[in-house]
Formats: sequence, structure tokens, C-alpha cells
Amino acid sequence: MDFGPHFLIASLEGAVTAAILALTAMGLSIVFGVMRVVNVAHGEFYMLGAVIAWWIATLVGVHPAFGFVVALIVAPVLVGLIAATADKLILQRIEYDPDRTIVGTIGLLYIIQQTTLMTFGPDARPVQPPFNTRLSIPWFEFGENGFQIIWPWGLGTTSYKLFVIVAAVVILTALWALMTRTKLGLIMRATQQDKEMAQAFGVPVDRVYAWVFGLGAGLAAMGAILVVPIQQAHYLMGHDPLLLSFIVVIIGGLGSLPGTVIAAVLIGMSDGIISVFFSPTLAKIIATLVVAMVLVFRPQGLLGKLNA
Amino acid sequence: MTDVARSNLLHFGVLLLLVVLYFILPDYHVGNLARILVLAIYAMGYNLLFGYTGLLSLGHALFFAAGMYGLGMSMQYWTFNPASGFVAGLALALVMSAAVGFLALRTSGVAFMIVTLMFAQAGYLTILYFGEYTRGDEGFVIQQAERTLAGIDLTGPMERYFAALILFSVCFIFIAYLVRSPFGRTLVAIRENEERAKMLGYDILRHKLKAVILSGVISGAAGAAYALLFGYAGATFATTQYSIFPLLWVLLGGAGTTIGPLIGVIFMFYLIDYSSSITTAYMLIAGLALVLLTLFAPQGLAGELRKRFFPWLP
Amino acid sequence: MASLNILTTVGLTKSFGGVVANNNIDFVLPSGRIMALIGPNGAGKSTFVGMLCGRIAASSGSVFFDGKDISGLPAHKRIALGIAYTFQITSIFSGLSIHENVALAARRRLGSDVGRVNAQVADVLKRVGLENRSDQRAGDLSYGHQRVLEIAMGLAQQPRLFILDEPTQGLAESEVAEFNALIKSLAGETTILLIEHNMDVVMQVADHITVLDFGEILASGTPEEIRANSAVQAAYLGTSADA
Repeated sequence: MDFGPHFLIASLEGAVTAAILALTAMGLSIVFGVMRVVNVAHGEFYMLGAVIAWWIATLVGVHPAFGFVVALIVAPVLVGLIAATADKLILQRIEYDPDRTIVGTIGLLYIIQQTTLMTFGPDARPVQPPFNTRLSIPWFEFGENGFQIIWPWGLGTTSYKLFVIVAAVVILTALWALMTRTKLGLIMRATQQDKEMAQAFGVPVDRVYAWVFGLGAGLAAMGAILVVPIQQAHYLMGHDPLLLSFIVVIIGGLGSLPGTVIAAVLIGMSDGIISVFFSPTLAKIIATLVVAMVLVFRPQGLLGKLNA
Repeated sequence: MTDVARSNLLHFGVLLLLVVLYFILPDYHVGNLARILVLAIYAMGYNLLFGYTGLLSLGHALFFAAGMYGLGMSMQYWTFNPASGFVAGLALALVMSAAVGFLALRTSGVAFMIVTLMFAQAGYLTILYFGEYTRGDEGFVIQQAERTLAGIDLTGPMERYFAALILFSVCFIFIAYLVRSPFGRTLVAIRENEERAKMLGYDILRHKLKAVILSGVISGAAGAAYALLFGYAGATFATTQYSIFPLLWVLLGGAGTTIGPLIGVIFMFYLIDYSSSITTAYMLIAGLALVLLTLFAPQGLAGELRKRFFPWLP
Repeated sequence: MASLNILTTVGLTKSFGGVVANNNIDFVLPSGRIMALIGPNGAGKSTFVGMLCGRIAASSGSVFFDGKDISGLPAHKRIALGIAYTFQITSIFSGLSIHENVALAARRRLGSDVGRVNAQVADVLKRVGLENRSDQRAGDLSYGHQRVLEIAMGLAQQPRLFILDEPTQGLAESEVAEFNALIKSLAGETTILLIEHNMDVVMQVADHITVLDFGEILASGTPEEIRANSAVQAAYLGTSADA
């Protein structure tokens, strides 16, 4: 395949990565934005989403599409509940003290990860996508006979991957509507702006925090459920998304939601494209160092506010 | 008895106990203790930055691995002897900690944590990328024949134990002295109230940078010692998990105390040793330990002792 | 050789965006004085003092300490030249003992000489009346005593210039009286610059007053001169004084 078609494939793959990343990183961003909490266990909530989706799909069994839909609805809620419980039991007890929160969420990471290892096992298990037709993509060339449409072998994607991209956009739009148009969203944003004022106005800050923590986890879970028909569920699958989410949230700017989306698109696309053309390890090294340097020299990221 | 005298007695007592233990304990535990002592050096290095200066780094595995690979690669490819290899390990750790210090100290709090995490991750990925030389995750073995220092074969259990103990003692005493010195006291002041320390005339950045470098070099010494005494260098020691271990050990044993790191390593080592015979998911224990610690005993074992019974504990 | 004026500023200015907090201030502080800096809220006193000790970067202008241009120096270096500073909201090491708080202040100058440090600490604590509590945790002290501790920390530095930012705020009446006595006892030892709102304290303690208003020096002189100054009265009360 020539460069053009190759690049197109890389871009499509990058778009899928970006879509999942946007959802996952958004969860981290909301939690940090509203609660000022760095949740190191965020990747494990992502993993839980995939694992629970596998359980549900296996239990329901009837038809992959049915199982998948049930999973997509039920699993994020379950993960959100687990997260909210962790918030009530651990984080609220330590009053969100920064150092202790880091330590507590690291502990939570290992608890979730290792419990999954004990119950789900160390193997990677696939989940059937609800539908998966191959779609060939045409390419254009100027040949001897003028403008031609050709169908390069290998240039294609699947209907499911396109669905992932669309689903992510839909979910993010719904989230945006929630944050800006509903009372719940208003309460969340008010609590983020000024916790004490919100409390003075009768907002049950503790409950809002539990909701927000659950929402953040649920978003990550949704990202994993969407990706699991492509990638397989594995107890260690939370590690890379955690790091990538950190990268996205920092580059986009801690506390800025639009920044998160833009950064996710940038990083998802470039990760996809660079990985196709260069060694993925080298790409990761560069990405990691870039993030570190951004934090060092421009701590507010692309769109964040200083002292966020 | 003055506090200084009490503390000197305590430190001397601990070292004496460690010598005696060699003769009392069965071979299996002596081997464990040698490993524990080397890891305790790592924990002490971390404690200097986290416990005393109040800076939470999530990237110390970079320094440990720098020591490990500095010694390992120089012995493997440039036929360095153990002594020069050790120096090479220290030098590499020095360079890494100075670089990270210069860059990361421009940030604070959460950003500092993430920057250190990122640098360590980049280090780990670089080890993998040059897998041709480093053998990546698989790692490489340093031959027994090469591990002799001044005619002493370090692979024998007695030699290994006392080599570890000597290095531990040097670091232990050095840190005990450092935290009592004006420099060490200033680090504590920075941890307690940085703005106030600044307005007493102390150069905060310079102090923090020195703390990062000292912490990094001590961690590197541990890494180099580990490679030399246990004959192996591998990329697992550069992963995030190995950056989290010292945090766990120090928190468990007591951050900001001199004996806390050792206590923490001993406790965690045997806890994992015991639970890995029951299940492969032994890190679950580590997770539970971290959560319980941060909920109920954020001061750690030695820290609680100090709070309740022994305020003079250094 | 000590200068006649321990501190001078030339054209010191600070603007935040469009707002000019301090406008072209030429300030002179003679050595050995107890100078009070007063002015209505928002006059720019804290900004000015912030620029003096280096916590706030000046937009333009210079600061001279003992004849030396310190405008380019960071805060800690200025302190190290011989300035002590107490915060508007008391800032001490709550988790450490009273002894250690003062020792940290003394140690920067005296270094590792434990004997001399301990002697200095004992001396200073006695002076402020905290000598019986030196092992107590600083955070357990009452607010008034914490403020006194902070002053003790300043004294332990043996400063040439001691800047106190609203030191009597939050103190009970008896504590204020003790504070006045302490400050007066320092006359001649060091130069003192106080930001104060409490006019009783100012009148009792200061031998010189500078009035700041709208970011500029409105008046400067002895307490009697300031009391009689109609512009000052207008600034504070909004009317001119009746004869």
C-alpha cells in the first residue's frame, strides 16, 4: 500500500483510539476538576468496565448484540456504584487530603486489580462485537486514464469501529448537555467553583462528590466496554489508559473539559499514526517526555487555568 | 539521657542486632535479610525526599534502575570490575537525579508527582527500546565469577550479607547524621511550612535540589548493590511498581523516621512472602495495607511509636 | 559602616493589569527608627511591604537596603541580608516545638554550632516570655502566643530591619500592651517597620509615621504632625478636621 491509503488507515485507527481516550480521560478530568482529586485507580475502573461487560455478555449469551447492549447499560452503573462506595468509605474519611488520597487510590488500584486477577484470572478474554461487517474504503488516483477510483486491498475498516467513534461523540455530547443544561450539572459546576458557598446554599457536597466520582468511573468503564470487542478484556488493561488519560488531562489543561477533548483527539490521532509508521515504544517515549516537559514549562496545558 | 544520646544508642543497637541476627537466623532468612537490607537502602533514599522534605515522587524507580544498569551494563559490556561498576551506577543515578531535579522542581504537588512518574516511565520504555543491549524485561545475569570485590567472592551467603550490611550501615548512619544537621532540619522546615522557611532566609530550591540528588544517589546505590549482590538486572525494576514500593515501605514503617524504612521493608517483605504462598494476587495485600494505613495510621509504625511513646525518635 | 537610611525605595511601582496598587513610591526609612506604615484599606500597604521583602515582584522602581540595590534579589536572599518578616496571618511551624521554631530562625546565621543556637533561643524566648514552654508543640499555643512566637523567630535572626505586618491583629488588650512594651524595648537595637491599623499602638510605639493612600505616600512625619495633618484626616474620615 502506498503512503496515502496507509495514512488513512492510521487515521481511522487513531480516531478510534481518540474516541475511547476522550471518554476515559474525561472521567479523570471531571473528577479532578470538581473534586481536585487525582484518582490513580482510574485505570482500574476502566478495566472493571471491560471485565464486567465480559461477565454480562457471557451470562446473557443469547446474541452478541443483546449481551453487548445490556453490558453497555449495566456495567458503567455497577462500576460507578463501586467507585461511589470507595469514595464514601475511603476518600471522604480522609477528607481528600492530597497525599493520603494518592496513597489511598494507589491501594485501591491494587485491590481492584488483584481481586480481578483472583476471580477473572490472568488470561485475556474476548467479547463479541454486536456487529462487525468489513467495509472497504475506496482510494483515488490520477493514473494514465485520468481520475480513477480504486479499492486497495487492505484498506478498510469495520462497521463496529465506526460505531465506536459515533458512540463516543454521542456520549460526550450527552455529558456536555448534562453539565451545562441540567440542574445536576449546575450543582456539580457550582461545587467545583466554590465548595463552601455551595454548602452554604444547601448543596450536599459529600453526595455530589460521590456522584462525581461515580460518574468519572462510569465514563472510563464505558470507554473500556466500547473497546473490548476490539481488544479483549485483561486484568492489566488499565495501566496504559491510566497513563494516557493523565497525559491527555495535563496537556488539555487540568480542570478544562473542552481541553480534554481536544487533547484526546490530538494524542489519540498522533498515537495511532505514529504507531503505524514508527516503533510504538519510541512513540511512547516521546509522548511521555513531551508530557513531562509540558507540565514543567507550561503547567496549565493548552486550555487549563493556572492554579487549577 | 539526652535525646541525642538516646538516638545514637538506638542506631547503634539496630546495627548490632543486624550483626547478631546473622549468627542466629537460619540460612533462608539470612538470604532474605540481605535482600531486605539492600531494599531498605532504597527506602531510606526515598524517605529522605518524601518523609523529611515532603516531596512525593512517583518516579524513584528511575534512580534505582540507573544504579542497577549502570553497574550491570558497565560490568557486562566494558568489563568493569565491581568497584568501578558501583561508581558507574552511582554516577548514572547522580546524572538522572540532577536532571529530574532541575526539571521537576519547577513544579509542585500533583504536577511534581506526575512529572516524576513520566520521567520514570520514559526510563523504563528506553530500557525496553534498547532491548538489544539491556535484554529488556527478561534482563541479564551478571556472572558469578565476576562478582568478587577485593578478592572476596560476594556470591557466598556470608559475604553477601555483610556486604549488604556494611552498605546499609553507611547509609543509615549518614542519614541519621544528616537529619540532625542544619541541612536536615531545614528540609523538615520546608516540609512543614515552605513559605515560612523561605522568609527565614533559606534557599528553598537549592535545598530541594540537594535533597532530590541525595535521595536519587542513595536509591541508585541500592540498585547497584542489588545487581551486584544478587547478580541480575532487569527492566521490572524500572517499572512504576518499583516506584510505588518505597512509598509503601516508608509509609508503613513511618515516614520521616530513621528506622521507619527498615521496619517497613521487613514487614512488607514477609507479608508478601507469606501471602504469595497462598495466592498469586499477593499485591492485594499491598493494596489493602496502603488503604488501611492511610485511613488509620498515616504516621506508620515508627511514626505512631514516636507520636505516642517516644517523642525523641529521630 | 551602617547607612543613615537602612531602607529606601525609588519610584517603586506595582500594577496588576490595569490597576496601579503602588504608584512611584519614594520611601525613606532612617536606621534605628520605629516607623509605622498606616493607611485606609486598599491603600497598597501590603503590596508595598511585599515588594520590599521580595514576595511580590515590582513592576518598576528600586529598593535599596543599607545602601545596596536589592531590587533583583529573591526573597530569601533579602532576608539573609538582615531583614526579618512576620506575616499578616501568623505563619509558624505548627508541627514543631517552640524551641525548634526559634532555632530554625537562628540557625541560618549560626549554622551548626548547637551551643550558640540553644543560647540564642533561650535568650529570645525569655525576652518574649515563652521560656517555660520551649518543648511544647507550637500549634498548641493560643493565637496570641503564636504571634509572639513569630516575633521571637524574627528576633532570633538579629535583624537590622524588622518588618511586622499587622502584628497586633487578633491580640487581646493585655497582649497588645505586652507587644507595645516589647517593641519599645527594641529601639536602638534594630529598625522596625510596622503596618498597623490599631492607632493606639501606632501612637504609643512609633516615632515616625508614613501614611499611604491610593498607592501613594500621602504624608510622612512624627505622630503629632500626622495627627494634625488635615489630608490624612480626610483620607481616614472622609471629612476635614474641625479646629
